[in-house]
Amino acid sequence: MAGPGRKALLDPLFENNPIALQVLGICSALAVTTKMETSVVMCGAVIFVLTFSNFFVSLLRNNIPSSIRIIVQLTIISSLVIIADQFLKAYLYDISKQLSVFVGLIITNCIIMGRAEAYAMQNRPSLSIMDGLGNGFGYSLILLATGFFRELLGSGKLFGHTVLPLVTEGGWYSPNGLMTLSAGAFFIIGGFIWALRVWKRDQVEEEG
Amino acid sequence: MLEHYLGLAVKTIFVENMALAFFLGMCSFLAVSKKVNTAIGLGLAVIFVLTVTVPINNLLFNYALTGGALSWLHPDLAGYDLSFLGFLCYIGTIAAMVQIVEMTLDRFVPTLYAALGVFLPLIAVNCAILGASLFMVERDYNFGESVVFGLGSGIGWFLAVVALASIRERMRYSNVPPALRGLGMTFILTGLMAIGFMAFGGIQL
Repeated sequence: MAGPGRKALLDPLFENNPIALQVLGICSALAVTTKMETSVVMCGAVIFVLTFSNFFVSLLRNNIPSSIRIIVQLTIISSLVIIADQFLKAYLYDISKQLSVFVGLIITNCIIMGRAEAYAMQNRPSLSIMDGLGNGFGYSLILLATGFFRELLGSGKLFGHTVLPLVTEGGWYSPNGLMTLSAGAFFIIGGFIWALRVWKRDQVEEEG
Repeated sequence: MLEHYLGLAVKTIFVENMALAFFLGMCSFLAVSKKVNTAIGLGLAVIFVLTVTVPINNLLFNYALTGGALSWLHPDLAGYDLSFLGFLCYIGTIAAMVQIVEMTLDRFVPTLYAALGVFLPLIAVNCAILGASLFMVERDYNFGESVVFGLGSGIGWFLAVVALASIRERMRYSNVPPALRGLGMTFILTGLMAIGFMAFGGIQL
């Protein structure tokens, strides 16, 4: 793989993570991570939409007048989200019910608009696909890690299978209810950012 | 009837706060909460746009998109269900409304326009706005309820963002570990605020 393509694919994982450093796409990251199952499906949908929206925006980048680019980008993105939503409704109906409005909210997920605007408008399609995949994986990394801790500590399960037997079912683990609530998600992501910045010192923000 | 609407308003402002319970509009929530003044500006813009777009999308859904909705145009059209086009229509309405609001403010209330500045166009991609419209469809609100819901979720978001901004202004005087400064600390603060707002959960209406 060539240099810039590799960089576009791998940088967003740790060096320039969309959630931890660019502060993009946090809404859905917090809302769908109570279970691993929903997190995985959400990641798949976001990677799909992000990769293709970057590709199409990049293909059209020389033909989009800059005054109406936002609405053009939104149209491309919402068409892709409609495809993803219809697909989930057809094949994964239960999970699509649990995700409820958050599939639709991929449209306004700032990662997708942000990458279309910041990267795909300036780079050729092949690189933009790499950037879309890379950012999709960087987003998924945080989402899956959060989902892992929230489901494991909040209900003692992973993908719906019991890992830590609960006290109420005759086991020994007393579930931490905080993890299934919204506050738990904030603490876990805050903790991740802390850990990442202890590891990568140059990402530390100066002002408080 | 009035009690019903009042109950819905309290519920959307406090119990089901858009930012703290559903994580909507988080990106701008974290980005503008560094200063109280900017937070107030964006908060007002969000209240305004939400109050306008949710009822409009409600009309759009009931009279154009849902199954059989087009029968008022012509009886033959009763068999069509366009709800799969929902996302495209809602985001179109929101983008158009934001544009109209921006032009109207610029023309008639220039001071408010200058105060809101760059935040107005940004609202088009604020998840809280689209999220409110999608919740409205999912929960099947009627027109009156959707007005209250839009206004209530706007006020709830406003309160949350202004409160967080005030706390962050004070954080400057505390000694936070270097790696936790900025974004990391903000997440933990928001988590604590979410716990605080949960205290409203017991309110029975």
